[in-house]
Amino acid sequence: MGQPAQTDSLLVIERVNKHFGALHVLKEVSLRVAPGEVVVVIGPSGSGKSTLCRAINRLETIDDGTITIDGAEIPSEGAGLATLRADVGMVFQSFNLFAHLTVLENVTLGPIKVRKLSKAAAEERALVLLNRVGVANQAQKHPAQLSGGQQQRVAIARALAMEPKLMLFDEPTSALDPEMINEVLDVMIGLAKDGMTMIVVTHEMGFARKAAHRVVFMADGEIVEDTTPSEFFDRPNSPRAKEFLSKILTG
Amino acid sequence: MGVISGNLPLYLQGFGTTLFLLLITTVIALPLGVVIAAMRISPIASLRTSAAVYTEVLRNTPLTLVFFFEAFVLPKLGTRLDFEVGAIVALTLYTAPFFAEAIRSGINSVPVGQAEAARSIGLGFTQTVMLVVLPQAIRSVIPPLVNVIIALTKNTSVASGFFVFTLVSAGQRLASANGDQVIAVLVGVAVFYVIITIPLGRFADWFEKRVAVTR
Repeated sequence: MGQPAQTDSLLVIERVNKHFGALHVLKEVSLRVAPGEVVVVIGPSGSGKSTLCRAINRLETIDDGTITIDGAEIPSEGAGLATLRADVGMVFQSFNLFAHLTVLENVTLGPIKVRKLSKAAAEERALVLLNRVGVANQAQKHPAQLSGGQQQRVAIARALAMEPKLMLFDEPTSALDPEMINEVLDVMIGLAKDGMTMIVVTHEMGFARKAAHRVVFMADGEIVEDTTPSEFFDRPNSPRAKEFLSKILTG
Repeated sequence: MGVISGNLPLYLQGFGTTLFLLLITTVIALPLGVVIAAMRISPIASLRTSAAVYTEVLRNTPLTLVFFFEAFVLPKLGTRLDFEVGAIVALTLYTAPFFAEAIRSGINSVPVGQAEAARSIGLGFTQTVMLVVLPQAIRSVIPPLVNVIIALTKNTSVASGFFVFTLVSAGQRLASANGDQVIAVLVGVAVFYVIITIPLGRFADWFEKRVAVTR
């Protein structure tokens, strides 16, 4: 497969290691993602895929190695880290919408407080985004009044409102009832088609086949395979990938 | 009971001082408690440690001892505080950690994902605490904060041992002047405390119910 040239990479992860106590959760992980690329990270639970995703905006610290976004290494703390996080959108498994704010306020908080937009400008943009994810009519409600699928779409709009260079999705559909998964995946597929750079930790093979350029398979803290979706699903190389696929396919 | 109505001005004088100590101490110690609580969850280790040490030391020292330290140690260092100011300082130093712990327990009741989401849209630590975590912590924090204020109300009585004329001082003076009516005198003192503490407790109950409904 044509790996993007080094200079083209938006995200460069280089020999990253991470331990949780005695557990070695990320082992010499290296990954490059080009602008506009959609990478699905897949693997059994405990394989380190969520940790990797969270390390990219430093919600998890790393022990060694480097993570570089758009040419800049992630600062360990302070204002520089906040600036970087503003450029990296994050969508969580459990949505994590701000429970005390309305849907509209959830989407405008970052643009007003971090991007210093006026309230009116932030609300105008927020409504465009909420419309795009199909929940504009819920703008004045609180998150608890929405279904899980609606909440997750608001969470995507909240991340998009920061105009991120890169979007991270940490199992975005795993906490959803089955009938709500597709409404979220459709939004994500739309984003991918519009050229957003995305790293998606998910087990949704339909999404991987439809929208992903690459599938990265992780097991025991290592990247075991890094290939196209059709290669991975139809002709997996490693025994671990074969075993994993047989489990989720018969699941 | 005539001893109460007959000495109402003295009671009211003590009551006024007690209320004054309570209000001023709360106004200073509560923001201080917010700062200490924020330090204890701060990403900077030295802030966390100093806040924890301060909390543990003051929380585990009897209030009377804090007053004694102030009364005997400060003059040795060449400063002497006015008695009322000294009482406010001692009560504030002692109460702030209790406020801080109440606030911290409220902060801990907010799911960690809320702070993660705040950080992931680029909010800094202070913004995350002020805009996302504290507004959600406030619901669970009001009842324990009121408990601290009720305890503070009664703790103001310690100041009467250090030359501040509180309700208890009024009681002491009246009791020694009216040896035959000590019980009535002390009941009078208790009633004035209750005038402060019962409404506080009712407020906490009301708030808890209100939150239970809106949640």
